[in-house]
Amino acid sequence: MAAVEQLQSDAARDTKVRSRDVNVYYGEIHALKHVDLDIYANEVTSLIGPSGCGKSTYLRCLNRMNDVIDGCRVTGEIALDGDDIYDKSLDVVQLRARVGMVFQKPNPFPKSLFDNIAYGPRIHGLGTHKDELDEIVQSSLERAGLWNEVKDRLDKPGTGLSGGQQQRLCIARAIAVNPEVILMDEPCSALDPIATAKIEELIDELRTNFTIVIVTHSMQQAARVSQRTAFFHLGILVEVNETEQIFTNPSDERTQGYITGRFG
Amino acid sequence: MKVIPAMGHEHIVRSFDQELETINGSVLRMGGMAEAQLANAVDALSRRDPERANRVIASDARIDELEQSINETAVSLLARRQPMANDLRAIVAALKIASDIERIGDYAKNIAKRVQTLTQIPPVPPAHSVPHMANLAQVIIKEVLDAYVAQDAEKARRAWMRDAEVDEMYTSLFRELLTYMMEDPRAITPCTHLLFVAKNIERIGDHATNIAELIYYQVTGDRMEGGRPKGDDSSFQVVEQPDETKVEADESAVTEAGE
Amino acid sequence: MTEAVADAAPAIRRPDLSEARLSRRYAAERRFRLWGQLAILAAVAMLGLLVFSIAVKAIPAFTQSYIALDIVFDGDKIDPAGTRERNTLRRADYDGLIKDALKAQFPDVSDRRERRALYGMISSGGGLQLADMVLEDNTVIGSSQRVWLTASDDIDSFIKGLIPRDVPEDERRVKDIEIGWVDTLEASGAVETRFNTPFFTSGDSREPELAGIWGAAVGSFFTLLVTLLISFPIGVLSAAYLEEFAPKNKLTDLIEVNINNLAAVPSIVFGLLGLAVFLNFFGLPRSAPLVGGMVLALMTLPTIIIASRAALKAVPPSIREAALGMGASKVQVLTHHVLPLAMPGILTGTIIGMAQALGETAPLLMIGMVAFIVDIPGGITDPATVLPVQIYIWADSPERAFVAKTSAAILVLLAFLVLMNALAVVMRKRFERRW
Repeated sequence: MAAVEQLQSDAARDTKVRSRDVNVYYGEIHALKHVDLDIYANEVTSLIGPSGCGKSTYLRCLNRMNDVIDGCRVTGEIALDGDDIYDKSLDVVQLRARVGMVFQKPNPFPKSLFDNIAYGPRIHGLGTHKDELDEIVQSSLERAGLWNEVKDRLDKPGTGLSGGQQQRLCIARAIAVNPEVILMDEPCSALDPIATAKIEELIDELRTNFTIVIVTHSMQQAARVSQRTAFFHLGILVEVNETEQIFTNPSDERTQGYITGRFG
Repeated sequence: MKVIPAMGHEHIVRSFDQELETINGSVLRMGGMAEAQLANAVDALSRRDPERANRVIASDARIDELEQSINETAVSLLARRQPMANDLRAIVAALKIASDIERIGDYAKNIAKRVQTLTQIPPVPPAHSVPHMANLAQVIIKEVLDAYVAQDAEKARRAWMRDAEVDEMYTSLFRELLTYMMEDPRAITPCTHLLFVAKNIERIGDHATNIAELIYYQVTGDRMEGGRPKGDDSSFQVVEQPDETKVEADESAVTEAGE
Repeated sequence: MTEAVADAAPAIRRPDLSEARLSRRYAAERRFRLWGQLAILAAVAMLGLLVFSIAVKAIPAFTQSYIALDIVFDGDKIDPAGTRERNTLRRADYDGLIKDALKAQFPDVSDRRERRALYGMISSGGGLQLADMVLEDNTVIGSSQRVWLTASDDIDSFIKGLIPRDVPEDERRVKDIEIGWVDTLEASGAVETRFNTPFFTSGDSREPELAGIWGAAVGSFFTLLVTLLISFPIGVLSAAYLEEFAPKNKLTDLIEVNINNLAAVPSIVFGLLGLAVFLNFFGLPRSAPLVGGMVLALMTLPTIIIASRAALKAVPPSIREAALGMGASKVQVLTHHVLPLAMPGILTGTIIGMAQALGETAPLLMIGMVAFIVDIPGGITDPATVLPVQIYIWADSPERAFVAKTSAAILVLLAFLVLMNALAVVMRKRFERRW
């Protein structure tokens, strides 16, 4: 009975990002090996695994942030809604407007809160007039649950906020350009538990409008926020499945060993 | 008793392993105690030894204590270690197995109570069939505990299958007792007590199969597939009285195993 | 048995917490602090000594003695034709007027040598001063005016007490007779010592009492302006390209090594280069701030590039990632985020480079900026000199009074350097951001 439901929900899922045989090399190092992974729309997919397992590398492939690194080479196919993102004709800047990113350490620009949020819309031509930008800034901050905390000090620097607020500011900044996918690279690793809980709640809310991929070192966090979980180990995608399945009954020994704290 | 279930490597946090071992050890000790309680209770029955029955009744408190300590350890493990996957299943299984064993202990105590009564009245012949049934239940408990030690799903499954035998014995004992009662109204008192004893043993078998299912879940993460072979047909048993009056034996008459 | 036990459980070695160890450590720390303080003290003492000795030597240069004379602006002598034409007025014999006034003041001086000594009391610039008065307002012609004229360097030194009276006459630059005249003038209130404004407003001169620093200061300003305009954009662009865009390969490594080498090249080499390339090959004007600025720009470039690269490197990569992640292009990342954040560091480096350039002499000697230039330069192609070269020229001059001038010029240069470094500190503090 449950299996039938499972099949039905699988059929109803849209594949947002489709990866086939993705390999990443840093110079001589083969950092990511033959990864096949589908990321479904309006779901939170978490990537877990020990340090250096390739999960962040994979995440950074999705908006081509690896391009910045010297000697980094990506092969295989990654398609966003069917468009190959490593196609020569695809512009990286436009890709990044569609695939936003939130980083491990909150990294607001050392500018005012307003300018932080308005930066993306400005460079992508989303809003030219002050009142348009005002609206975008307000709605982004509202969606990030930060509006009430900062509405009176939009002209103050973003770096003056607390760590958790800064991270929500970064999320607000990312969603200001309405990307389709939001990548989060350990977004809570520098935050206290309450700030973490707020971000997790936010992630759950954002799921209705965005597809979210999150790298996390906290298995509890992966278990809490994601619908699907992928476990990476030594550059290999070991197992990907429903989060509940992964955390109660993983099918691979390595996954089990990692999530129960036996290696990693 | 040091038990290392087949769980692969050790945890990075070694105290986690120690706590898991503690909880496993407690479950096994509890299982061993429940098994012994059953054996002693039935022994008391066959030897008509009220003193032994008394000891069984007194010992039940220790099983309850052990269950309490398992509950505490499990809750603390859940709160402090955030167990995942097989660890999570092990702890959940330990919790539920402990409560099953506790019930087995209760049934053994019940048997001992009835033994006290039975020793005060003349024996009836079917009393000899009861220890036989109890032996079988004991064997199942032992096998289940072995499966727990070995974390062997297949062994658990085999033990689970054997419960049908207990059920079948119960059904036949049921018929036998009814027949005695119909033949000789003076036998009604000891036979009724024996019926309850048999019912208790049958319930013990059921709890043992529960434990087997939990072990299967703990090891594989899945539920045991397929229906369990049922041997308990006592609900449908009717024994024809030699004369006209028919006594309808219904489960309702003998359901409550009582505490 | 006991041994086995000892093997099984080796004695736990606790840290040595004894009093003796503690006091040894404290003593070592105290010694270190003391040595550090002594080092600072020595450095401060040396610097203080230097500045103090320069300042003491410089004091006389900041004052100047003036002698008042009743000048008769005789129309027949200045402008016999009465046309009041500027050319005529300019060429008139004003020195004669001064001599007449002196003769009138001291009528009993008749000896030729004594008379020359008398005339020598007033600076040779006196005539020009009178000419300026007349050109400004020709109604003074025909009148008699009491005019304060600059005393010549020796008399000035004497009035300021730098030439003691008790030295035997033949070892003294100011003779007894001159002392007599000065005493007479002083008695009649015709001698005054005032703040030496002309020192800060006029150009160089052969006469110490007339020589000023302004020409060199303006020359330095134009030179530095050229240096800044050339080296800042080139330096910042090179640094930004090398740091943000250039691929890491052998070529860029080579460039990097060479930039670092360039920073260590003796400055005179740049001067030779300027002479060979800018003057001889391109034929640019000699002694001009344009060429000086270009040479100094070459010299300053490595400093600016190295400082700018360090400043760019110091911008946390998280800011770049954030901007890239938002979909900013590389140039947008640079211009919107990285450059503004690196600017304080870049400006600090630039100012330090400029301060170096301000104090540089050797390369400028090579391109002719050592020339004696009286006029204050009006642009970057006019012949000019710069502060350090002016110091060099004055230090080389035989007149005693130039010693004080040299020190005063050094003080002015030091003041500019301190100002620029202070500016660098202020900028760093102002623009410093936390991220």
